[in-house]
Amino acid sequence: MTSRNMDGLDSGQLLLICAAGLLTIAGIAHTAAIGLVGPQVAIGFGALIAAGELARLTMPGNREVAPISTAAALGYALLLDVGGEPATHSALQVVAVMAVGMIAGGLPHLAVGRAPRLDAIARRLFSGSLLAFAFRPLADVLRPEQGQGWWAPLGVMTVLIGLMLAADVVIASMLRAEQVRTAFGVAVRDETRMAAPLGAAVAASGILLALASHSMDMTALLAFAAPLLVTQVAFRKYAGIRATYLQTIRALARVTEVGGYVEPGHSRRVSRLAVAVGRELGMAEPELLELEYAALMHDIGQLSLSDPIPGGATVLTDADQARRIAALGAEVIRETGVLGRVAEIVRRQCDGLEKNPPAASRIIKAANAYDDLVSGSTDRDRAAAALERLRFDGGAEYDQDVVAAMARVIGRLAPVNRL
Amino acid sequence: MAALRELPWPAKVYFVVLIGAAGVLLARSALAYDRLEWSTLLVLALLFLVCESVPTLLSVRQAAVSVSYSAALAAVVLVGPQGAALVAATAVLSVRPGLPMVKRLFNGAQFAVCGYAAGLAYNWAGGTVGLPQKTDFPEIILPYGAATGVFVAINFLLTALILALAEGVGKRQVPVRNMVQFLVSYCGYATFGLLIAGLWATVQSISAVLVLLPLFVARWAFGQYHAQQRSYEATIAALCQAVETKDYYTRGHCTRVSLASSMIAEEIRMGTERLNAIRYAGMLHDVGKLGVPTKVLQKDGVLTEEEFAAIQLHPMRGLEIVRGIDFLDEAFAGIMHHHEKYDGRGYPMGLAGAEIPEFARIIAVADAFDSMTSDRSYRKAKPITDAIGELRKNAGTQFDPVMVSAFIRALDRVGWQPRTMPEPAEPVPEMAAKDHDDPTTPIQVVSER
Repeated sequence: MTSRNMDGLDSGQLLLICAAGLLTIAGIAHTAAIGLVGPQVAIGFGALIAAGELARLTMPGNREVAPISTAAALGYALLLDVGGEPATHSALQVVAVMAVGMIAGGLPHLAVGRAPRLDAIARRLFSGSLLAFAFRPLADVLRPEQGQGWWAPLGVMTVLIGLMLAADVVIASMLRAEQVRTAFGVAVRDETRMAAPLGAAVAASGILLALASHSMDMTALLAFAAPLLVTQVAFRKYAGIRATYLQTIRALARVTEVGGYVEPGHSRRVSRLAVAVGRELGMAEPELLELEYAALMHDIGQLSLSDPIPGGATVLTDADQARRIAALGAEVIRETGVLGRVAEIVRRQCDGLEKNPPAASRIIKAANAYDDLVSGSTDRDRAAAALERLRFDGGAEYDQDVVAAMARVIGRLAPVNRL
Repeated sequence: MAALRELPWPAKVYFVVLIGAAGVLLARSALAYDRLEWSTLLVLALLFLVCESVPTLLSVRQAAVSVSYSAALAAVVLVGPQGAALVAATAVLSVRPGLPMVKRLFNGAQFAVCGYAAGLAYNWAGGTVGLPQKTDFPEIILPYGAATGVFVAINFLLTALILALAEGVGKRQVPVRNMVQFLVSYCGYATFGLLIAGLWATVQSISAVLVLLPLFVARWAFGQYHAQQRSYEATIAALCQAVETKDYYTRGHCTRVSLASSMIAEEIRMGTERLNAIRYAGMLHDVGKLGVPTKVLQKDGVLTEEEFAAIQLHPMRGLEIVRGIDFLDEAFAGIMHHHEKYDGRGYPMGLAGAEIPEFARIIAVADAFDSMTSDRSYRKAKPITDAIGELRKNAGTQFDPVMVSAFIRALDRVGWQPRTMPEPAEPVPEMAAKDHDDPTTPIQVVSER
């Protein structure tokens, strides 16, 4: 199972996993050699990290996060003292505790057959280690004497956590850019948008945990989990409804196929191709989501026709008919009252370039035409012929930038399909 | 509770008594001004106000919990019962727009009473008022727990009483499971107060920021979640309508079946998650009808066996379409078996009695009811009483008697007010359509042999 997972990893992910592996080995070896400093505290935080890993969740865009685990790791890295007792553990011990906690928390997932997302775990470990290596050497200097204020350590903690989160976003963006083949700049924007709210909550909780351990001893570990638990529940619900939403649109887009209006798999293929092209053209995630919804539902207007068009190939039907279907479909989507922009994309999917339709509409127009011509076949000659036709079809119908991007996307997919 | 004038007199008496009691407690607290930490009190009051102004972090339909009371509980520890009462009374000033004065006064008064009582409970259980010392942990959890328990219990009692007196809202409308969830999260929020109090010694008011930042992020995420959910429901309804556009007479059928199903489910006290699931299942139950040729669906007169087989297939087709969605399994079962009959003579599998999944038994009742109470091309809509009579008559043969009586109870209680569909702009050609859901005109099949 692991080897199959390894095959699916990009080089960046492999590099990160190796780095995290080396860190883990170094941390555990170091800790084994000099012994665990403050064993009770280490075990407490390790347990919290494990619990957090157990309760990890998947955010939209298939991003795995474990807010409680991350916050506990940050708290342990930033720990100055526990109930007045100075915490003198080294950065490598932080790494060891994190690694052991993460592995322990991951085991139950493995036991029920959920394969670990090694890259996500490695990223959490790596970012946590960055903070530990930056902060631990300063711990002795920053620890306030009796009666001294806590403002200086608080400031340093805030700055370092901010830097760590920034580094984490950069790593995530690099992985993302490689994984889904989007531009790095776009990936940075997407990752920042996704990470900002949760990152703020995790950072505040991490600092809270480090400070609370000073005045509340180990009770802090118990009490601290509450605010983050609420956050976690909220995000889990949010991620859940987002996933269900997409699945439902995907499923209901298929009614046109079941009703015999379009070929089986048409809407799915068009949406996949459209999203890949959109990404190639540097669209950000919210736009891509709208594009995907619109592509999935681009034929929904056919439901209003009393008789299905044979084969459903809208590229071959006359332009007026196609425009009417687009308008009817947009009307259906507009009924939702919330997907106004998606409706607009669907409505203008047949417009020629002279009407200056939105980019998403152009992409759907080209992707739809391509799929009508190729209809799910993986034959390279047929694909080339279809692309040729889109290229030379007057030049007023299809956006040539879109067609060029599509050629690149299809060129990348072709070797995979041949296998 | 719109205005004091509109309240029934027991509610008025209760209201005045509560305000009076709160007034006395607050006066006593204010008189002890020389013993109070006013700076701490001010910060906590501000905190309380901020939290109170952004409520509904968690909401059951009937009530909203705000985290504000964690500030009141922190005041219990830091400044004692008098302080807690004063902090909590600031609920009167909350900046929620459109909140009537009566509600503000009531909230302020009841929070003040709760705060004072919680403070007394804290002292009684052995807690010491003031900045918690390191040695106080973890023993402080016991008195703090007592304070929380008293606060939540009194708050719950006072609020439930006014709701019962003012609107006659019975307890039975809140499912027990929701209630438990509600109380657990209530107690969860209490720990924030402990965190604020515990951190006060090191970073004073910053502790509030650190505690509340995750909460505000959570609130933001909940907001996103609710927005997405509303958007999701609108979308699923619109798409189901689109599937129905072919037949003018079934317009809005899916939303009405969804509504009736959820009424039954609520009546038999389903939990929130299952309630959502059956709403979606009710909405999507006929999505597979699109796979049945229109001329078969609308055919007048008897059907051939082949045509009947096509109709029988629609629950399976529906299931096939929605299978990729991450619903509860029960929702799928509901869609697949919504045409089973209680005596085992339904389709597609001919299940009987308790073999039929609960969701399917509910949807079957809702489906038939809406079919009977809507216009059809071959007849006008039946009045609700006739439809209920028909359901009663067929209870035990076609329908589960439990679901039928639950539905009748729900109809008695809340009535039947589905959202009316807008009239179509252009006239739709009359079609001699039959409705496969209508129990009064059963499908007749002619044998071809």
